[in-house]
Amino acid sequence: MSKLVSKIPEGPLADKWNNHKNSVKLVNPANKARLEIIVVGTGLAGSSAAATLAELGYNVKAFCFQDSPRRAHSVAAQGGINAAKNYKNDGDSVFRLFNDIIKGGDYRSREANVYRAAEVSNQTIDQMVAAGVPFAREYSGYLDNRSFGGVQVSRTFYARGQTGQQCLLGAYSSLIRQIAKGKVTMYSRRDMIDLVLVEGRARGIITRNLVTGEIERHSAHAVVLASGGYGTIYYLSTLAVGSNATAAWAAHKKGALFSNPSFVQIHPTSIPQLNDYQAKLTLMSESLRNDGRIWVPKEKGDKRHPSEISEDERDYYLERRYPAFGNLVPRDVASRAAKERCDAGYGVGETGLSVYLDFSRAIEKQGKGAIENKYGNLFEMYKKITGINPYNEPMRIYPAGHYTMGGLWVDYNLMTTIPGLFAIGESNFSDHGANRLGAGSLMQCSGDGYFILPVTIGDYLADEIRTPRIPTDLPEFEKAEKDVVEKIQSLMAVNGTQTVTSFHKRLGRIMWDLCGMVRNEDGLKEALNQIAGLKEEFWKDVKIPGTVGELNQELEKAVKVADFFELGRLMCRDALERKESCGAHFREESQTPDGEAQRIDSEYSYVAAWEYQGEGKDHTLHKEELTFKDARIQKRSYK
Amino acid sequence: MDIKLKIWRQKGPKNQGNFVDYNLTGVSKDMSFLEMIDYLNKKLIENGDEPVAYEHDCREGICGSCALYINGRPHGPGDLVTTCELRMTKFTDGDTIVIEPWRARSFPVIKDLIADRFAFDKIMEAGGFIPVNTGSAPEANSIPVPKEASDEAFDAAACIGCGACVAACKNSSAMLFVAAKVSHLALLPQGKSESGKRARAMIAKMDELGFGSCTNTGACEAECPKGISLAHIARLNREYLKEGFRS
Repeated sequence: MSKLVSKIPEGPLADKWNNHKNSVKLVNPANKARLEIIVVGTGLAGSSAAATLAELGYNVKAFCFQDSPRRAHSVAAQGGINAAKNYKNDGDSVFRLFNDIIKGGDYRSREANVYRAAEVSNQTIDQMVAAGVPFAREYSGYLDNRSFGGVQVSRTFYARGQTGQQCLLGAYSSLIRQIAKGKVTMYSRRDMIDLVLVEGRARGIITRNLVTGEIERHSAHAVVLASGGYGTIYYLSTLAVGSNATAAWAAHKKGALFSNPSFVQIHPTSIPQLNDYQAKLTLMSESLRNDGRIWVPKEKGDKRHPSEISEDERDYYLERRYPAFGNLVPRDVASRAAKERCDAGYGVGETGLSVYLDFSRAIEKQGKGAIENKYGNLFEMYKKITGINPYNEPMRIYPAGHYTMGGLWVDYNLMTTIPGLFAIGESNFSDHGANRLGAGSLMQCSGDGYFILPVTIGDYLADEIRTPRIPTDLPEFEKAEKDVVEKIQSLMAVNGTQTVTSFHKRLGRIMWDLCGMVRNEDGLKEALNQIAGLKEEFWKDVKIPGTVGELNQELEKAVKVADFFELGRLMCRDALERKESCGAHFREESQTPDGEAQRIDSEYSYVAAWEYQGEGKDHTLHKEELTFKDARIQKRSYK
Repeated sequence: MDIKLKIWRQKGPKNQGNFVDYNLTGVSKDMSFLEMIDYLNKKLIENGDEPVAYEHDCREGICGSCALYINGRPHGPGDLVTTCELRMTKFTDGDTIVIEPWRARSFPVIKDLIADRFAFDKIMEAGGFIPVNTGSAPEANSIPVPKEASDEAFDAAACIGCGACVAACKNSSAMLFVAAKVSHLALLPQGKSESGKRARAMIAKMDELGFGSCTNTGACEAECPKGISLAHIARLNREYLKEGFRS
């Protein structure tokens, strides 16, 4: 497949990144000062990249839809960030971290990228600590670690239950330092709606100013997308309500291949839905499974209060099914197991769609104080929302859409199939395969932003030093702007009767039921039908009040939901095509006799990369074959 | 339950705003406060009216986007909650709820309930960072930090930049916001060396942007959803003075 040249460097796995760093082209400081880079998104990946690129001397234009870069959704990551420091002396190493990520991803990610992610993880912790991130410490004053799902060592650095917030604020502080220096120009309250290509290269973006409604053109020598994931396609998810796929989808429609769109992580421990007007689901950190035990009653439909159900009447189903990992099995396994129990009629709570997460034994053994130290803010959060005190009574939890492993296809340099367009953090597909391990997201975002992209983008920009500043009055910019204006006008012109949110909810329901934790051929085909019908109805009957030239939150939502119909369709196509079960992608047709995922390496050991062919046409599938030389391929078992 | 709402409506930054009354029926106790507004907005849109604009994003109390002044209190009734964490169980049938944006000279209203807090980023630009370039950091464990200092630094770093402190203050001072950052960084060996300079620069920027001065009423601490303590203002003052003696 000529479209997919992954550019993996030669040499042994452990030497590839070093060899590559030694061989990429460099840009001298005087030339850096003449080059411009656009960074879209200011989460951990975008902020760290923008700051680091500016420190190197490039001129950066950074964009976010929030009022301030500090509010990007990395802020909500709770549990931690992995690194192979081996501070616990428990046998950890870069290789083990690499091997855990590859296994956790069910052998559907690229070895060289994953090894590099593990390799730079240690530098990331150094960087964050130096920038003032207050990670948890032991009484000795040295950094503390805890364990997380899917692994048998303690390698997770954390800042109470607010690790993402603290990591992001660290990157944000580096970013504002560069804004103050004038090396980064910050454009907040902007939605990127289109990508501009000039002679086949990414040269700029079209944005909507969310305060004035103005459509704006911005140019640069290269464009970096750090626009996050698309879990909000399920409507109810653990994501911030504003998270969306529009920037990545625009790039996809301009030629960037989109990989493994159906690989979506459903997080096992979120607070169950409470009412029909709910706008999101609140996550309870995976770290809780270190001390919490998950159970349902052994008796079907047992509606007694949990305190009345004695120890021998409880089914600790994760401990029963997976004795080696118990409550710390990876997220996909824990989510499916919860769904299985609830579908079989053992679920608890009014709707029967939840399971217990119980801390009584941990409190008994370690004392309330110790548990409060580790999880105090999470317990508080749970109590605020549900009114139940988890110190006295088990939490009720249920899976929720969370993280998208799929994203824009990138090569080893993190460049998409469009020259000059890079994708970092959750917006690319590269490191987590078919399932991401806990505390791996902050690790990848910061690795990409601080240490990988700033090196690899130089290799591209070294050939751009003779390219003058890109003017925004080129016909390509004019055309892209016109397309955006037309798209917005056609949305406004529908002037129907139903709210954008009502469509988003219905789409979310289709995706959750038919392309969620469990998929099958009939269901996916049905989903494709229903999405097509709903999309048609949307374009006939959506109601967007207000006007284009002002702050208009309904219009903002409509632009995003319009893209979700198209992305949802591709997710179902991708899930249909992959007839195996792997990681978070569970095809009912492909399971072992005891109900575990059945991977089929002989047929599906590839990255699916979909090419857009135009409105109403089917995507073309390209495949990047995956080869494993160093990872120990095994049946992914946590039993 | 049925609720009476008095909501500040303002078309744009240059328009005059005013309170508009709404009678909202069928509100559920299970709703969060923002879900109640979503419910109102759904009804408004279906009636052909414009929905109420307000800011929100993570809806779990950590991004700092939501910022509503409810019945005379930033983030409404209840302690240690952001607006998105506020639940309708705090209200009863027949209640009247008054909802406004943050009111402060340095936070101009853009539309309805959205006040622009851009000034906070400007204050941070003046010094809310440790000047370390990527790549130059030493091994993380080469800088041990006593657990007590680290924990206290975390308490200050927990600030979400929502601006409730400014909205609560009769002088619209941003002192608690500045103190949280200065204190967080001053407590860590990595941030100590620049601490006095940082305090001076951030306070000068705060004054320049039109925030008022601190008269120690403690209203900010009382309304901070993250429980940031006034003790951090005391530390900020010490850092500020130390720098004064030095210069």
